[in-house]
Amino acid sequence: MRIFMLGWEFPPFISGGLGTACFGLTRGLDRLGVQVLFVLPRPVANAASHVQILSPASPTAAGPAEHPFGRSAAEFRHARFVTLAATLQPYLRPVPQGGEAAASGGRTRTGGVRGVGQAAPPPGVGVAPSGPTLGGGDHYAGDLFAEIERYANLACVLATHEQFDLVHAHDWMTYLAGMAVAEESGRPLVVHVHSTEFDRSGLHVNQRIYDIERAGMHAAKRVICVSHLTRNIVLRHYGVAPEKVDVVYNAIDDDGPPEGSALPPITRDEKIVLFLGRITMQKGPEYFLAAAKRVLEVMDNVRFVMAGSGDMTRRMIELAAELGIGHKVLFTGFLRGNDVRRVFQMADLYVMPSVSEPFGIAPLEALSNDVPVLISKQSGVAEVLRHALKVDFWDVDEMANKIVAVLRHPPLQATLRDHGSFEVRRFSWVDAAANCLKVYETALAPAR
Amino acid sequence: MASICFYFQLHQPCRLRHFTIFDRTPNYFDEAANRTILRRVADRCYLPANALIHELIRRHGGRFRVAFSITGVLLDQLARHAPEVITSFQRLAETGAVEFLAETYYHSLAFLYSREEFTAQVRQHADRIHALFGRTPRVFRNTELIYNNTLARAAADLGFQAVLCEGADHLLGYRAPTYLYTPPGLAGVKLLLKNYRLSDDIAFRFSDRTWAEWPLTSAKFARWIHQVNGNGYVVNLFMDYETFGEHQAAQTGIFDFLRHLPEEVFRLREDDFRTPSECAALYPASGEYDVPHMISWADTERDLSAWLGNAMQSNALHELYRLEPLVLQTGDPALLEDWRRLQSSDHFYYMSTKHLADAAVHQYFNPYDSPYDAFINFMNVLDHLRGRLGAAPRSA
Repeated sequence: MRIFMLGWEFPPFISGGLGTACFGLTRGLDRLGVQVLFVLPRPVANAASHVQILSPASPTAAGPAEHPFGRSAAEFRHARFVTLAATLQPYLRPVPQGGEAAASGGRTRTGGVRGVGQAAPPPGVGVAPSGPTLGGGDHYAGDLFAEIERYANLACVLATHEQFDLVHAHDWMTYLAGMAVAEESGRPLVVHVHSTEFDRSGLHVNQRIYDIERAGMHAAKRVICVSHLTRNIVLRHYGVAPEKVDVVYNAIDDDGPPEGSALPPITRDEKIVLFLGRITMQKGPEYFLAAAKRVLEVMDNVRFVMAGSGDMTRRMIELAAELGIGHKVLFTGFLRGNDVRRVFQMADLYVMPSVSEPFGIAPLEALSNDVPVLISKQSGVAEVLRHALKVDFWDVDEMANKIVAVLRHPPLQATLRDHGSFEVRRFSWVDAAANCLKVYETALAPAR
Repeated sequence: MASICFYFQLHQPCRLRHFTIFDRTPNYFDEAANRTILRRVADRCYLPANALIHELIRRHGGRFRVAFSITGVLLDQLARHAPEVITSFQRLAETGAVEFLAETYYHSLAFLYSREEFTAQVRQHADRIHALFGRTPRVFRNTELIYNNTLARAAADLGFQAVLCEGADHLLGYRAPTYLYTPPGLAGVKLLLKNYRLSDDIAFRFSDRTWAEWPLTSAKFARWIHQVNGNGYVVNLFMDYETFGEHQAAQTGIFDFLRHLPEEVFRLREDDFRTPSECAALYPASGEYDVPHMISWADTERDLSAWLGNAMQSNALHELYRLEPLVLQTGDPALLEDWRRLQSSDHFYYMSTKHLADAAVHQYFNPYDSPYDAFINFMNVLDHLRGRLGAAPRSA
């Protein structure tokens, strides 16, 4: 089977779970012998040197791209990788002021979700020669929707040179491209919902993003959700027919401990409670701090580490100060690679207080690093993880209650850790890929 | 001649309410939930089953005989929330066809941790049974049939003439649980071994439609009992009383099964019903049943792992019993009562991580979402109780 997959960049150039999921799933499919042509937007500036731009304007360059993802690509046997020159990032947001105007003003087609596919340009047309030196944020942030449409056009052009059975698109920014390619090629579309606008924005839903998500889900032959939590949102808020929506849970790499994992043990009197993730509304950072305040009322020798960056970082620093616990809260900024492992190694407990978390791979990473986890019940991973503490994100007292228990009772920590690190091995990407494969087969089966 | 020896276990713990580290009020128990569960079990099981047994005893002129073991914590709750259940047991006691067994008042694991506490609870329970039913128990069953040679010795020291325990295959070998045995070197004590196959046919498999023997009729079961003749004296059918109406719902026909069992048994002429102390008096011991390590009637392992299978459970139990001298020192009856209610084995059963996958049995009346929640809640309560002792709460 050959899959035209519209995904996102891989580790280590990632900013969140979406890239991790794309990597794991593609590798899982690869091991099952599925031929994946993995198409992704060219990452912005930072990783330019690693990226081979395969522009549809120069289709002679087709064929396996040379290791666009460092050592990762060497692990694939059947997958090929193609990058398209589009400056998209998985967690981009439209710029609030003027963004809408710019998007609609600068384009002939504004909400034209369907129109994109119909109007797919002939090869060569609309291929912006945006080189590696493309000048920074102003361009895309101001006109995100235009960039998404341009990406769809590029994908369409690429698709005319490729053979594939099915199109698989990950999250809203690739849906337009997925719909266009599916329509152009006559192949079925599968969209994969890693998060929805309701998860990311709470009640402040961006109508244009919602429209794109909805159009993608309705155009798709099958919809894959990362949890039943997400599936319920897709059914309730997007009006998708339940019979075409499947759940495939995310997983975690089964590579075992990475090289050089034997870091010296850290001895200290202080307990460490860890928040790791984007510091943004969806992740519930303020509940973490409120719980920290309650914990510090009953015990002293504990420090709260907030690892990550995001639009609420400054507000959280201020909030910690307002709560009078500034000296007990440490902000590390965005961590990657060894730093992540290091912070896991220091932690006594990982807390994920997400307000809305479609899945949540980070708790699996914590468990595989032998760190017990306290996760919000409003997360997809809570549906499947048994050896974890669970709490409603808003129940700050209960969150504090459980944090204190883990810190005070080593047998609790040990039992959670022992069972959890065993349980996490059940989450294999090959299994997840096998479930995706079933969805593909359903999508390809002739209608009865 | 084969004798059916029925023993029904009755117990409901005092479940804890949600108690966080921030709680200050020393009421630990979820009165509302406990009352609700008790009413439900009383209405579905205790009352209809007692009425049926009373009817069967009368109809068969006392030839139908059974034994009950009722924990003190349950009797206390029944007195508060369903006193008519106690009255119905008193009416059963008046028939003379019912025996009441001894156990620890709080359905505790005290034998494993404190011999003094164990003895105190067994005495407290015997006194309560005597006060309610006018008879002092002569046969002992320990919590969850937890048993070893040492327990037999302890029971003998307390004056019991017989002890109930599990008929574990690995200890019986080729021998059958239909004979009576003695503990090694304790000729004065008879052991009655649970016939787990025939017991579980009723308690677990009765309504299982995938079971080859479904549906189990009274006549069929009576025939199985009859086949014991020539290979033993007794069929010890030990089970939770909740089997009737709770574990096996009334619609499964479990009450009808019981209703017709005596007549089917008597139809085969040779067999009868006997209580444990009658069996112990009637039949000789056929050898020694040597149990050096702890066994129980729980799960397939028949060991302690349901209560002591992980670090949380042993930690909670250890911390609980460490308070014994301090609690006794206070002489405060309310404190003592709270501490003892915390000893019910259920609290530790809820912390079991053994069956997170197939937790069907463990989930029964389990108030917690996870064993971790059970541990956290218990330890918070224990922490608070420790504070009342005047001892400084254990620092982190």
